[in-house]
Amino acid sequence: MEADITITVDGEQHRLVTDTRTTLLDALRDRLGVFSPKKGCDHGQCGTCTVLLDGRRATTCLALAVAHDGAHVTTSAGLAADARGRALHQAFLDHDGFQCGYCTPGQICSAAGVLDEAGAGWASAVTEDVRDEPELDEAEIRERMSGNLCRCGAYAGIVDAVHGVATRGDGSRVDGEVANR
Amino acid sequence: MTRSIEPVAAVGTAPERVDGRAKVAGKAPYAYEHPVERPAYAHPIQATIPAGRIRRIDTGRALAVSGVHTVLTPDNAPPLRRGQDGELEILQDADVAFRGQIIGCVVADTPEAARHAADLVAVDYERRDHDVTLTSDRSDLYRPGVVNPSYETDTEDGDVDAALAGAAARVDAEYRTARNHNNPLEPHTTVAVWDADGLTLHDSTQGVHSLRSVVAGMFDLDESRIRVLAPYVGGGFGSKGTAHAHVVLAALAAKRMSGRPVKLALTRQQTFTLAGYRTPTVQRVALGADTDGRIDALAVDVVEQTSRIKEFAEQTGVPSRTMYAARHRRTTHRMAALDVPVPSWMRAPGVCPGMFGPEVAMDELAERCGLDPIELRLRNEPDRDPETGKPYSTRNLAECLRVGARRSGWDGRPAEPRQTRRGEWWVGTGVASSTYPVHHSPGSAARIERGVDGRYHVSVGAVDIGTGAWTVLGQIAADALGVDRGDVVVTVGDTALPFASVAGGSSGTANWGSAIVAAAHGFRARFGDDDPPAGSEHTESAPENPDTERFAMHAFGAQFAEVHVSADTGEIRVPRLLGVFAAGRIVNPRLARSQFLGGMTMGLSMALHEDGVMDERLGMVVNHDLAEYHVATNADVPSVEAEWIDEHDPHVNAMGTKGIGEIGIVGTAAAVANAAYHATGVRVRDLPVTADRFLTA
Repeated sequence: MEADITITVDGEQHRLVTDTRTTLLDALRDRLGVFSPKKGCDHGQCGTCTVLLDGRRATTCLALAVAHDGAHVTTSAGLAADARGRALHQAFLDHDGFQCGYCTPGQICSAAGVLDEAGAGWASAVTEDVRDEPELDEAEIRERMSGNLCRCGAYAGIVDAVHGVATRGDGSRVDGEVANR
Repeated sequence: MTRSIEPVAAVGTAPERVDGRAKVAGKAPYAYEHPVERPAYAHPIQATIPAGRIRRIDTGRALAVSGVHTVLTPDNAPPLRRGQDGELEILQDADVAFRGQIIGCVVADTPEAARHAADLVAVDYERRDHDVTLTSDRSDLYRPGVVNPSYETDTEDGDVDAALAGAAARVDAEYRTARNHNNPLEPHTTVAVWDADGLTLHDSTQGVHSLRSVVAGMFDLDESRIRVLAPYVGGGFGSKGTAHAHVVLAALAAKRMSGRPVKLALTRQQTFTLAGYRTPTVQRVALGADTDGRIDALAVDVVEQTSRIKEFAEQTGVPSRTMYAARHRRTTHRMAALDVPVPSWMRAPGVCPGMFGPEVAMDELAERCGLDPIELRLRNEPDRDPETGKPYSTRNLAECLRVGARRSGWDGRPAEPRQTRRGEWWVGTGVASSTYPVHHSPGSAARIERGVDGRYHVSVGAVDIGTGAWTVLGQIAADALGVDRGDVVVTVGDTALPFASVAGGSSGTANWGSAIVAAAHGFRARFGDDDPPAGSEHTESAPENPDTERFAMHAFGAQFAEVHVSADTGEIRVPRLLGVFAAGRIVNPRLARSQFLGGMTMGLSMALHEDGVMDERLGMVVNHDLAEYHVATNADVPSVEAEWIDEHDPHVNAMGTKGIGEIGIVGTAAAVANAAYHATGVRVRDLPVTADRFLTA
């Protein structure tokens, strides 16, 4: 069975006819040639396919394309459109927060999501008092970034990179839309 | 842009990765992502019995699926050369040697159609009893001819049993490491095109030339008819170091599709069966020492598994041959050939598991002798390599231990275990040594060409699996040519470039860098130091190094772990890991740190989490995905630090590098287990170290 859908990826609108079995990840990669999100497990277990889906981080291998007609997808490539995204890219380079680079676009999309979520006041499992505004210290970042595996073991650099962007202030943008969702 | 008069010295500086900007944006193309016209998609069909024969395969329903082009099976597959490699000779007969073995493949217009059709293929099997159980007391254990890659299987000096019997202090125990799976984040992928020009493979491989050579052999093709490209590879950790069966399957499918590109990406689950894994090991370790802790006798007797169709004998006993001085020494390896998938390389094969048992045994011996574990190791430092009698080119284990002790606050540590309690947590610290040999592979070559852009274009068929080769080879070339790093352009990852050895054995920088230095010096000798004209070009191979015969060459290190164990639940946490390494010259500190930390993080993962659980009834690893085969996440790694000492080794190669990709994983698990003992008084001798071990304490 097939369906007509429209997806906007990094600001560019695409219309496509998709097999209803096709995941959003496969639609991006196999149909649209958008290879920034990677496939690592296809089961939502590794996080390499993470994008911002309508502003929130999501594993695209667990999303069916047909269920996301009209969606807006931002990949790590698309994050470079704003200052915070460019700061994240540079921080990962500065702190060498990757080696092979395969999990990296997903890590960076996830990091953008973490900054938004913390900015919106969302607690994590390690937040001491959920009534407080969470502060993105290293323990919070480690916890919130743990949905993204890195087999090269670049976690130390990833934490430093996200922490750097979070504490410099250019990562603290609160997205009202996200907070209300 | 002329050759600098002052040394430029790019080596030792810490530029960011030259491929980094493409990688953070996700624009560096990995194997699956190379643009090809109208690809077809291949999905493997796998055996669902662990042992037996295929009686009949019915592909009728699969072929009826819209978009399916062909179903390859043993009934219709093109022939391969036989008798070379049982892992790769797929679809050539009806035998099933392990559950999950490739017995066919569907090729279709879409991945969905291929996968659906693969499920519709009906296979009628004739089963035989299977045997997948490794024990050290099996009656059919055999002695392999050599252990990986070509070490002697057994070694013996002196009279080990007599020396053990007469020793004042003794440890004699069995240690086990679990079945580990490499799990690079990029699943193994091949995009194959077989047209009039020959066969082109975009592959996630650690060695383009070695892969080409294997594929040429399987298909009886001249190597000049095959091109392999791998500019970016999403990790390998050994599992992409040798060709696995899916590469052959993709080429078979491409041959059948005559000119149309075929994409084959293994699923994560399939990689557990088809991409190699680290054998579980059983290690009987015996140490005998005098009252001062000087080791007189050392024995490591290893039992491990291989498959029935291809032997891989992990060299688990080998690191003990060089670690500590002992007059009486023995190492042996015995194998069980089982109905299991083919084991293969995983980061520091042999050395990584082989430093678990002995380094925990050292901790036990220290306790028996009433010595600090660091002092015990210092007392057993050899003057020369115990195995070969050769001097070490450099050996700085003692310095690593001393520096690490200072940095980690080792002094003042309670000598007895189970002394420190902080609230819910028992707290302890542990140490273990690391080592990794300096491997040399001959034959790598590099080409240097002055471009019309005025820059020096350095080409070598190396592969960057995340190590940083794109970056560090440019640093080496800049210094060898005497130019700025910005005036050098490196290209790797293609068999169209000069031959390069595989990215394995921590030897890439050494082998490829030696070729680049030789080519750069040859280039300058031919064209002079000043501004050679565009088009000037020189290719040269790495020279032989006579020092490799005169010296024992190894990197060393020391790892320190702090472990907390919950008195209530047995939960084990590792709040701090510190590694201090002596690995020759460090080309790029930023990238080297990542390599060390990455190895240690994988070592921590091995220590606490990784265990491929074989269901003996089904003959399969049941936790074959990333939810149930747990690898360390960010939250599992609170603090991991790596340092290195300034080691100058004039013998290893022109750069003075020893290799850093693997030593980080060696010793970590022992340091963690030793720290867990220090915290709780519970000695864990088999990995992984899990919470249940501490609940009775």
